[in-house]
Amino acid sequence: MFAAARQTALRGAVSIPRSTPVFSGPFSRSAFQRLLSSLAILEQREGKLNHGSLSAITAARSIGGSIHGFVAGSNVKPVAEEAAKVEGVEKIIAVDNVAYEKGLPENFAPLVVENIKKGGYTHIIAGHTAFGKNLMPRIAALLDSQQISDITAIESENTFVRPIYAGNAIATVESSDSVKIITIRGTAFPAAEAQGGSAAVEDGVDPKSEASAEWISEDLAKSDRPDLATAGKVVSGGRGLKSKEDFDNVMQPFADSIGAAIGASRAAVDSGYADNSLQVGQTGKVVAPQLYMAVGISGAIQHLAGMKDSKVIAAINKDPDAPIFQVADVGLVGDLFEKVPELTEKLKSS
Amino acid sequence: MSALRILVPVKRVIDYAVKPRVNKAQTGVETAGVKHSMNPFDELSVEESVRIRTEERAPGGVEDICAISAGPAKSVEVLRTAMAMGADRAIHVETADGDEGALEPLAVAKVLRAVVDKERSNLVILGKQSIDDDAAQTGQMLAGLLGWPQATQASRVEFKNDGIEVTKEVDGGVETVRAKLPMIITTDLRLNEPRYASLPNIMKAKRKPLVKLSLSDLGVANERRLKVVKVTEPPARQGGGKVEDVDGMISKLKELGAL
Repeated sequence: MFAAARQTALRGAVSIPRSTPVFSGPFSRSAFQRLLSSLAILEQREGKLNHGSLSAITAARSIGGSIHGFVAGSNVKPVAEEAAKVEGVEKIIAVDNVAYEKGLPENFAPLVVENIKKGGYTHIIAGHTAFGKNLMPRIAALLDSQQISDITAIESENTFVRPIYAGNAIATVESSDSVKIITIRGTAFPAAEAQGGSAAVEDGVDPKSEASAEWISEDLAKSDRPDLATAGKVVSGGRGLKSKEDFDNVMQPFADSIGAAIGASRAAVDSGYADNSLQVGQTGKVVAPQLYMAVGISGAIQHLAGMKDSKVIAAINKDPDAPIFQVADVGLVGDLFEKVPELTEKLKSS
Repeated sequence: MSALRILVPVKRVIDYAVKPRVNKAQTGVETAGVKHSMNPFDELSVEESVRIRTEERAPGGVEDICAISAGPAKSVEVLRTAMAMGADRAIHVETADGDEGALEPLAVAKVLRAVVDKERSNLVILGKQSIDDDAAQTGQMLAGLLGWPQATQASRVEFKNDGIEVTKEVDGGVETVRAKLPMIITTDLRLNEPRYASLPNIMKAKRKPLVKLSLSDLGVANERRLKVVKVTEPPARQGGGKVEDVDGMISKLKELGAL
């Protein structure tokens, strides 16, 4: 039922012009709707737009009202200009200052707050990513607003749907705050395409607040594979892989054979078989690919929280009673060390 | 660096291994008669605080580790657990049972701000999220209210060059930031492996000081900004059954349009 609501909201977002009321509640009257205005917080890194963050614009479209985008960092002009091509966006507010490049919330939050005050926005939207999770609650506190985290659907301008208890319950909440601070689940809102629009790019206010923290370094896993959070196919390995060598030897060719991203269960990450950033679940990434293939993963509730919205779930496990088989569309009972290489070969040659 | 006065907020939640059930009235999740325990991320906060002391990592030493919980009477159980793990003392901010007493992250952050002022805390270590509401907000909100630096999703905490260097779990890898006291840290699962409280320590914890406060003592109102309209079960997923062999799997996946 909630999936249906989500689809309706998204369909409305794509096909209905912004000026048309999307919702049938008391807030759908166009006089009120004109007062709605959203600010979508966009992410960038080294002058490149994070396209996943355009999901915030998709969410803003289904709220209705005017939509502005916000981006800050060093040399953000090209990023702003690319984002300006998204249909339905009126304006991109850009703040060019190297102090914001690393997205430190200590100075980024006051920066966004100043721009919110200037623009008089009713909704501030960002992805529920590491960046959004770090930044948005700080903004919410500065504005004395109770944030609504990781929403999966928008029912009206003040009513939102979000999973709680690791996705074991779905809560619908109504916010009474005048400025709504929202983070969205990326898999529930497809990223808007950067085409068809021609928004103005404008310099934002820069309060130049001091950052009380300092960025030291980063170590990002490099991979030619598709990004886990947005991949169309994900193959995920668990404790059943037994070692890091086996994990790499079995999972990498398998992923390559179907062009999938690699994920892992917490057990596999904790045992050192796979990098932390590959963890799928309540405490890791939430994915919803076309195909999720669980290999040697039992299917604990914390893991299911991160993948059960996948379109098709397949599982290979030697334990016929593993809980993963209760959610898998296709299950194969067997030794993964035999079945996965066989599958890899057959998929490669097909 | 001045001596650390660490505040460790802990929350009593439904045990992580229990599958929560939505109640019949669709107002929330059934909590009566369900096993509760300390939020797993908060165990990491307590453990890290205790290790900072025992491993003598802080140049100025650790003067105090105070656990705090805001919630119904039974929250005392998790505070005793925190003290059995090594916290020196505890503060219980008592709220009403059930939904009426439930505090939103913004209210909890305001409670914590008041306690930080009262206790002269200079380091607050919180879990990155509670596994019931999954909001992942309180630490950042507290940092915002206090104007302190924050390091979220910490997988390593080091005392270096007159500051604290925290390695954080971010999308795609890790990132390291540095700040000076006072600061806020939120814990990720990779940070440490929490200890089990031994029986002698559990006994000892019963004699450690526990102070009770009310929201009004701290000048905070339980003002809810989000009204829960309803809580429902997620759409159920039906397993599609098993196939005999690899060929069966490939043809089924093709049939489903997944390959």
